[in-house]
Amino acid sequence: MTETAIRIENLTRDFETVRAVDNLSLEVPSGIIFGFLGPNGAGKTTTINLLLGLLEPTDGRAEVLGFDTRTQASEVRTYTGALLEHTGIYEHLSAEDNLEFYGRAWRMPATERQARIKELLTRIGLWERRKEPAGKWSHGMKQKLALARAMLHRPPLVLLDEPTAGLDVMAAVAVRDDLASLAASEGVTVFLTTHNMVEAERLCAQVAVIREGSLVALGDPDDLRARAGGPRVEIVGRGFNEDVLALLRARPEVAAAEVHDDHLMIELREETDVAPLVSLLVGAGVQVAEVRHGKASLEEVFVTLMEEER
Amino acid sequence: MINDILTVMWKERRGMFRYRGSRTRFLLVLVGPLLMAIVFPLQAGPAWVKDLDSVIIAVFVPIILVSITIPDCFAGERERHTLGTLLASCLPDRAILFGKVAVSVAFAWGVTLAAILLGLVTVNIAHGEGRLLLLTPTIALADLALSFLLATLSAGAGVLISLRSETVQQAAQTLTAVLLLPPMLLGMIMTLLQDRVREFIGAFKGEQILLIVVAILAVIDVVVFVAAMTRFQRSRMYLD
Repeated sequence: MTETAIRIENLTRDFETVRAVDNLSLEVPSGIIFGFLGPNGAGKTTTINLLLGLLEPTDGRAEVLGFDTRTQASEVRTYTGALLEHTGIYEHLSAEDNLEFYGRAWRMPATERQARIKELLTRIGLWERRKEPAGKWSHGMKQKLALARAMLHRPPLVLLDEPTAGLDVMAAVAVRDDLASLAASEGVTVFLTTHNMVEAERLCAQVAVIREGSLVALGDPDDLRARAGGPRVEIVGRGFNEDVLALLRARPEVAAAEVHDDHLMIELREETDVAPLVSLLVGAGVQVAEVRHGKASLEEVFVTLMEEER
Repeated sequence: MINDILTVMWKERRGMFRYRGSRTRFLLVLVGPLLMAIVFPLQAGPAWVKDLDSVIIAVFVPIILVSITIPDCFAGERERHTLGTLLASCLPDRAILFGKVAVSVAFAWGVTLAAILLGLVTVNIAHGEGRLLLLTPTIALADLALSFLLATLSAGAGVLISLRSETVQQAAQTLTAVLLLPPMLLGMIMTLLQDRVREFIGAFKGEQILLIVVAILAVIDVVVFVAAMTRFQRSRMYLD
C-alpha cells in the first residue's frame, strides 16, 4: 500500500451552473481516520463520488491507493469500501444476505466470506439477528450493518459519508465506537465526511474543512484549535460589570474578555495560572460559581472558519 | 464476468421470490397467465393447438411479466436508494445489467412456457377424448421464439425507461404503454386494411410469416439491447 491513501490535485466538478468542488487539493496519509468537514452542500458527497469514480471530474485529478479515479475507477472500487449518503441496505433481504451479496460481489471465497460475515456481525452485536429482514431494523442498526458491509472485503481504504447522520445520540455513539474499533483493529484508512464536530474531534487524526467546494483548512484538530485562538477561561457567576471587564483587560495575560449573561469568557495570550484572575474577580465583588479552563473546540474553529470565509 | 452476473442473479432471485411480501406479489402476478392457460383452451377446444391461440399467451405474458419485474430491478434500486452502493461496488456495469435482465427474462419466459404447457394439459383433459392434442411444430416454435424475443425486447426497453424514471410506478406505467401500444396499433391497422392484409399474408406460408416476424423482432431486440448497454454506465446513471 502507498503511504498516501488519497491524493487530490486541483479537483473541480461542475454541475451545469453550480461548482460543487472547486480546485480542491489535499493528501490523506494511510492508516488514519481523516475527517472531511463542511456544512451541508459544501461538496463532501460530490468529492466521495469523484474519489469512487462514480463521477468524472470537470478538471484536476485524484488518485486513490495509487489508482487514477478517471482511468482506473474499477481498481479504485475493488480496493475501497464505501458507506454513502444512504445505507444502501436491501431491506427485503436479511442482514446476512446483504453481506453475502456484497461478499460475492467482491469475489471473496465462500469459507472466508462466511467467517468474515460472522466476525463482523458478532463484533457489531447483530449476529443473533442475522436472519431478520434488514427493513425491520432501526436506522442505527442499518447504519451498523452498512459499516460492516463497507469493511467486509478488508479494504485498505473506507469512504464514509456522514455515517452517523440522522441517528439518535445512543445510536450515533454506538456507530462511532464500532467505527473506531474496526478502524483500529483492521489498520484501515478511513475518509470520513461529517458536519458533526464532536465526531470529528473524537475520531480523526487529521481534518480538512471545505466550504462551497473549496478547502479552507487542513491539519490535525489541535493545530486547528490553536488557529482559532489561545487558551481560554469561562467563568460562570454573577456581578460581572464594565469595571470588572476593564480590570481584566488591563492584565497582560488577557487578550480579550466578554460577558454573555452569567458567563464571562476570557481569552488568554498563553497558557497561564488562572487563580490570580479568579482572585481579582472575587476581590471586585464577583460571585464565582464555576471556572472552566480549556481550548477552543473544533466546533468553534469550524464556525470561525465559516464566518471568516463570509 | 460470468461469476459477477451470477452474483447479481443470486441477489435478484433472492429479492424477487424470498420474502412474504414478494411471495404474495409473486403469486398475484401469476394469476393472469394461469387464467389465460385455463380459460382460453377451454373456450377454443381442440383448435387451440392448431390456431394461433397459444401465441396470444406467448405475446402478452412475457410483456406483462417483464413490465412488472424490470422497473423494480432498475428504477427500484434508485427509488430504494440502493443504487449508489451497488455502483460503488466492484461489479462491472455489464454484469449488473445482464444479471438483472437475465433473472427477469428467465422468470417471464419460464412462466410463459409453463402457461402454454398448462394450456396443453387443460385442452387435453377437457377436449382430448382419448387423443393426445399437441401444438403444431410451427406454433410450438413460434411460441418459444416469440416469447423469448418479446421478453428480452421488453427487458431492453424496460432498462432504457427505468433509467429515466424516478420511481418504479412511473417506469412500469411508461413501459406498459410503450410495449402495448405497437401491438394495439398494428391490430387496428390490420383491421382497417383487412382485405389487403389477407391478400399480402396469403402470398406467404405460415412458416415464412413466422420467420419474418422472428427476424424483425430479433433485429429490434439487438438495437434496443445495444442502446440499453450504451446507456447503462455508472457515470451516466449517477447524473440522471
